[in-house]
Amino acid sequence: MSVRHALLALLSEGPKYGLQLRQEFEARTGEVWPLNVGQVYTTLQRLERDGLVESDDSAEEGPQKAFRITADGAHELGEWLRTPPDMASPPRDELVIKVMVALGLHGVDVREVVQVHRRHLVELMQQWTRLKGDADEHDVGFALVVDAELFRLESLIRWLDAADARIARLATDVPEAMPATTSSVPKARRRVGSGR
Amino acid sequence: MSALELRGVSKVYGEGPIEVHALRHVDLSVAPGELIAVMGPSGSGKSTLLTIAGSLEERSSGDVLIDGSALSRMSRNQRARLRRRSIGYVFQDFNLLAGLRAVENVALPLELDGVAVKTARRAGLEALEQLGLADRASAYPDELSGGERQRVAVARAIVGERHLLLADEPSGALDSLNGEAVMRMIRAACRRGVAGVVVTHDAQLASWADRVVFLRDGRVVDQTSPPPEPESLLVHEPPR
Repeated sequence: MSVRHALLALLSEGPKYGLQLRQEFEARTGEVWPLNVGQVYTTLQRLERDGLVESDDSAEEGPQKAFRITADGAHELGEWLRTPPDMASPPRDELVIKVMVALGLHGVDVREVVQVHRRHLVELMQQWTRLKGDADEHDVGFALVVDAELFRLESLIRWLDAADARIARLATDVPEAMPATTSSVPKARRRVGSGR
Repeated sequence: MSALELRGVSKVYGEGPIEVHALRHVDLSVAPGELIAVMGPSGSGKSTLLTIAGSLEERSSGDVLIDGSALSRMSRNQRARLRRRSIGYVFQDFNLLAGLRAVENVALPLELDGVAVKTARRAGLEALEQLGLADRASAYPDELSGGERQRVAVARAIVGERHLLLADEPSGALDSLNGEAVMRMIRAACRRGVAGVVVTHDAQLASWADRVVFLRDGRVVDQTSPPPEPESLLVHEPPR
């Protein structure tokens, strides 16, 4: 989440004061991401230094100083909105690592480990869903933030489900489960996961 | 008293070498007003659990109690009356009758139970109103969108005095917002006192439940704990 670009987006609607920017930022992200006022002013100073916003020079620093977006700022915002975030190199996922380690250990029931994580993720989803269910259905900003979290958690659960099914199949096919280290996947491909 | 209770319920299909244990000693209790989700992969016994709980299928052993009354002690007629009067079902493929209008579909369980047509239709319309579908009451199923059809199916499941709602993959092939709408309705029915059981492999649907029970190879292997206050989620690291 880029505070810099979020502030540019808010300023693209018209000139605003620092405090106002903070309030609007929090309101639009469903108050899930609190923002301190110091962070707002530091970011505004940098944006001004880079020529992306400008302020009324005569006014003193502080709450009475209004900021507006420049043409360069509007261009920067448009570019940022359309620039895909870095999804190319998969992160080292702790959950994946735990299940992989469990798979290689004797005396550990991998499927039980999978279930512990599945339950925990479902419990988290229940909490988010409860928030969404109790929130005003017209609060789109909040729903978007909660949906993003729900889809992220769901994707992990779906991965666990697939892992569980693969492990179950392995257990019926080969009584002595072989850990992934003997995999025949070429080394170059196996390195894909170490991007970050 | 539980609205629904399964006591040591087992179900075996076939005999001898082709014996399949669909359910093994399942204990489950659902209180009035509670919404339970049963999660598990295909073949884990989810659908069997639901059909046995709803008296649509016989168990091999154990017992099912609805509002404290054991199905094993009821006559065939008593069970049929229970299904018509107390239990609402929602299926993945909606199961609406194509030749009946939305309101007639919803009123059907009441009419089958001997309620006068006028009274049944009025109750049907009320159920549709609760789900925001009153203006579609005279439409036939093929004139409704997938989301609307499933809402009609939910209306039919809660019409009248029904206080146990059983749903099998109720969002079926609906998109995520329509699936959410269906779960909001089921949850709202539970807030009014209906006991609900939803079986699904979909974690988003399951997360609407008060409690999620995990089924594997016909056994209950785990369940979620009551969630803490959701406010704890809102304390987040500040954005960069």
